[in-house]
Amino acid sequence: MSSQRSTSSNKITDDKLNALILRLQTLLPQLDQSRHGRVSAAKVLNEICSYIRRLQNEVDGLSGRLSQCLDSMDLTGFDAEIVRDLLQQ
Amino acid sequence: MNNPHHLNPTSLKSRFTTRFLRALTKIRAQKPISSSSPTEIFRRYRRIKVAADKSMAYSVRSRRIWSRAMLWKLRSRSYRRQDPCSGRRFGKTNQAIMKKSSNENTTTRREDGVGFVEEADELRQLVPGGETMNLCNLLDETAHYIKCLTTQVQVMKKIADFYSF
Repeated sequence: MSSQRSTSSNKITDDKLNALILRLQTLLPQLDQSRHGRVSAAKVLNEICSYIRRLQNEVDGLSGRLSQCLDSMDLTGFDAEIVRDLLQQ
Repeated sequence: MNNPHHLNPTSLKSRFTTRFLRALTKIRAQKPISSSSPTEIFRRYRRIKVAADKSMAYSVRSRRIWSRAMLWKLRSRSYRRQDPCSGRRFGKTNQAIMKKSSNENTTTRREDGVGFVEEADELRQLVPGGETMNLCNLLDETAHYIKCLTTQVQVMKKIADFYSF
């Protein structure tokens, strides 16, 4: 029956969706699975949206900070050294 | 010679850092010698912000829907600044991106039964190119986008801390 067919294809999609939502949940320390167990997909997406907004605001703020101290940046001679130092921390 | 802390030079973090530092050098060189007026600082802040997004998008290239969308947006933005009438030219490119990202089932309406349509729509506004993605792609792209954002923040923070002691 066509309904059976649609149910089985929905099941695959549902499992896939659940896996994707679960992966997003692991990105959120505040929804750590060991403490919260099963959280609704809506809540996960909600928290994800807040998280993305927070990160974008941080980029904003850091751009502002960098615009202030751009003058004092000596980026020329020691480029490679700086990059290495930064990445090693 | 053996450096146990040596990080993969082709890692996303490394590619972003190199590009971004290069961009900062350019922005710094563009500054007019005399002024550090609030207007100038604001202009610089805007340029730095664009440079951060550009560096990240170019480090990811076209491997992701969100990075393609961001690259398209950045390019059309710079073209538009040179020629204000060129907006229409990019209609085709947008369609190409949409074709690439939307698979068989695309509209949010179909996923009505899953109970988080509103939250998904909100997410679409935050992830570049989100409006063109089907739900599975959206969730997948979001994970990668967040990973890149955190890298961006981490590196920018280190640079800012390094130069503001």
